[in-house]
Amino acid sequence: MRFLPDTEQRAFARSLHAMLAAADTPSVVRDWSRGDRTSGRALWSRIADAGVFGLVIPEAYEGMGPRPVELALAFVELGRHIVPGPLVETVAAAALLAEPGPAKRFLPPLAAGETMATVAAGGYALDGDAATLRLGLTPDGLRLSPGAGPVRPSLDPARRLTPLLPGGELLIPDPPVDHALTWARLATAAQALGVGLALLDRTVAYVRRRTQFGVPVGSFQAVKHRLADARTALEFARPLLFGAALTMDPADVAAAKLKACEAAYATARTALQLHGAIGYTAEYELSLWLTRARALRSAWGGPDECRERVLSGGRRW
Amino acid sequence: MDLTHAPADEEFRAEARAWLDGHVPGTPLPSLETEEGFAAHRVWEAELAADRWSVVSWPEEHGGRGAGLIRWLVFEEEYWAAGAPGRVSQNGISLLAPTLFDHGTAEQRARVLPRMASGEVVWAQAWSEPEAGSDLASLTSRAVRTDGGWLLSGQKTWSSRAAFADRAFGLFRSDPDTPKPHQGLTYLMFDLRAPGVTVRPIGRLDGKPAFAELFLDEVFVPDEDVIGEPGQGWRIAMSTTGNERGLTLRSPGRFLAAADRLLDLWRAQGSPEQARARVADALIGARAYQLFTYEAASRFLDGEPLGAESSLNKVFWSEYDLALHETALDLLGEEGELADTAWAEGYVFSLAGPIYAGTNEIQRDIIAERLLGLPKGRR
Ligand SMILES: Cc1cc2nc3c(=O)[nH]c(=O)nc-3n(C[C@H](O)[C@H](O)[C@H](O)COP(=O)(O)OP(=O)(O)OC[C@H]3O[C@@H](n4cnc5c(N)ncnc54)[C@H](O)[C@@H]3O)c2cc1C
Repeated sequence: MRFLPDTEQRAFARSLHAMLAAADTPSVVRDWSRGDRTSGRALWSRIADAGVFGLVIPEAYEGMGPRPVELALAFVELGRHIVPGPLVETVAAAALLAEPGPAKRFLPPLAAGETMATVAAGGYALDGDAATLRLGLTPDGLRLSPGAGPVRPSLDPARRLTPLLPGGELLIPDPPVDHALTWARLATAAQALGVGLALLDRTVAYVRRRTQFGVPVGSFQAVKHRLADARTALEFARPLLFGAALTMDPADVAAAKLKACEAAYATARTALQLHGAIGYTAEYELSLWLTRARALRSAWGGPDECRERVLSGGRRW
Repeated sequence: MDLTHAPADEEFRAEARAWLDGHVPGTPLPSLETEEGFAAHRVWEAELAADRWSVVSWPEEHGGRGAGLIRWLVFEEEYWAAGAPGRVSQNGISLLAPTLFDHGTAEQRARVLPRMASGEVVWAQAWSEPEAGSDLASLTSRAVRTDGGWLLSGQKTWSSRAAFADRAFGLFRSDPDTPKPHQGLTYLMFDLRAPGVTVRPIGRLDGKPAFAELFLDEVFVPDEDVIGEPGQGWRIAMSTTGNERGLTLRSPGRFLAAADRLLDLWRAQGSPEQARARVADALIGARAYQLFTYEAASRFLDGEPLGAESSLNKVFWSEYDLALHETALDLLGEEGELADTAWAEGYVFSLAGPIYAGTNEIQRDIIAERLLGLPKGRR
């Protein structure tokens, strides 16, 4: 037992972190929110080149997967750097397209970053206007949707919610929905953890800098204690995430999704409060992470659904 | 990254489980915060020790099994899952023993450890004083040099189990003239039945004498009972407080077992809807703590010091434990008021978690200042 990433895994996460840090992702998110995809698509292919989408795609289809631990590490970085786009949906799509026929047809371009996929399980698909592969889960199976309906705004301006047009080719009558849900939740949990970590870092930096009453506000105990709680929640979400990546048990993954999203959301509330009014503005960069934390909480199964999965798992740890 | 235990560790688990199966008392022992319970727990400690299960992580020469950290965690999982009794020797085992391993002499280890392992000598921690709680370094109890040893005077308080324990260890001011309060302190062991010691039991919330006040009037302690160098007490004591907050005080096994019992209780009550979320959170919290601990253990085994991280642990387990017990009492409804249940005993104990071993406010300061790098504020 050694419950820590190995050297190679750490190096992978570090290099992704460095690549994204250099990519000025906040301005990519701004573009994306306005519907300008150029910078987002360019970043997408760099992420694919780094091998991220290949982690959920089997070797037979030009991926390197399945490698859930590496995927989780990668998505922590994608969340930390607030990368926009249907990242989790692309993972879910890859997991859904498990039958040899569709896999052969769709997975290699997904691994290569040539297609961007989205999936609608209920009403909306994320970024259906940008995705080039739109999958709809319908009562008769997985369909290739002919297109996206009008965009509805999300609380997170960078997430563009679109219904998918009905009909289209029936790809798989009985797709592995649970399996795909597990992967999607794992990726969402990781992304949320990354969002929370970034919010904490930014807030710590801010309260060290911001002075009131003649001292940094970070020296006030009420401020410190809120940040200590944020750190504690994030620190205990992380092992749940990586434990779930190792077992890929749906109950473990649901637990990780729940706690990572809760920790990120609580950190967002703390971050907003401790920034004061500036935190409440769209203009200030912090807002990109704040709104994402809220959106990820309900994406791919909100708190109640995740808790239900834990209890119905019937397992004891 | 890996969560599977080595085959040898799983064999160790099986061996522990088999032993516990054959030995754990069928009916729970009386509360260890009572005289009767204390005595019953000593018998249990002796039974554990006879087959070398009382201190599995100690070296074999001192009655242990030389079990590494992972194996200790595995043992604890089995111990609590088996419903085995709480450990009356906890203070000695988790606080004094590590201190003696790091700072004691071979003679002290040989003299103190075997009788601690067997429950023959139960130890109490005598750190707090009426005027020195969170600000422990302001303590004023004195150790004055005398022929062949020291004379201890002053008052200690909140000393867990001291009402029935045999010996105590604590910090005393041996040099009143130092510029800083944490200098000039000496760490000593003393006999709770020595002349000059008065032990006054204190009832906790439910009236049980879970701790005591100690009045010391020129209590003689021989030099052989000084731990480390005189005057270095603060450094020595602090080097082991991480143990108290962190890994060894509250092993995840304890909470995994408690969460399982809570799930059973919830189901036995017909899985009431309104408690669903809290029960799920209790299960998840136990798992999170287990995995967090495995992560910390892995880092420790890689040679990284644990340090301020133990404050994260302490805040987490103490609040977790309280939430879990509150959920259980709420589930029990009217029965939740009854004091003579295992849940009630656990609840009363859990209420103190955020206070002892350094209050959670102090831990949050440590997290903020040492882990997040925030500026020190007014204390
Ligand atoms: C069940 C139990 C068992 C115990 N067992 C032992 C034992 O075996 N041996 C022993 O020596 N002691 C023991 N203690 C004592 C324990 O260590 C102290 O209670 C603890 O250190 C807090 O000190 P205090 O109670 O004097 O509270 P105080 O220090 O007076 O604090 C009162 C309140 O003020 C807060 N506060 C104090 N300073 C600050 C600050 N700087 N910032 C923010 N808030 C602050 C505290 O967090 C607390 O909420 C035990 C206590 C309990 C409840």
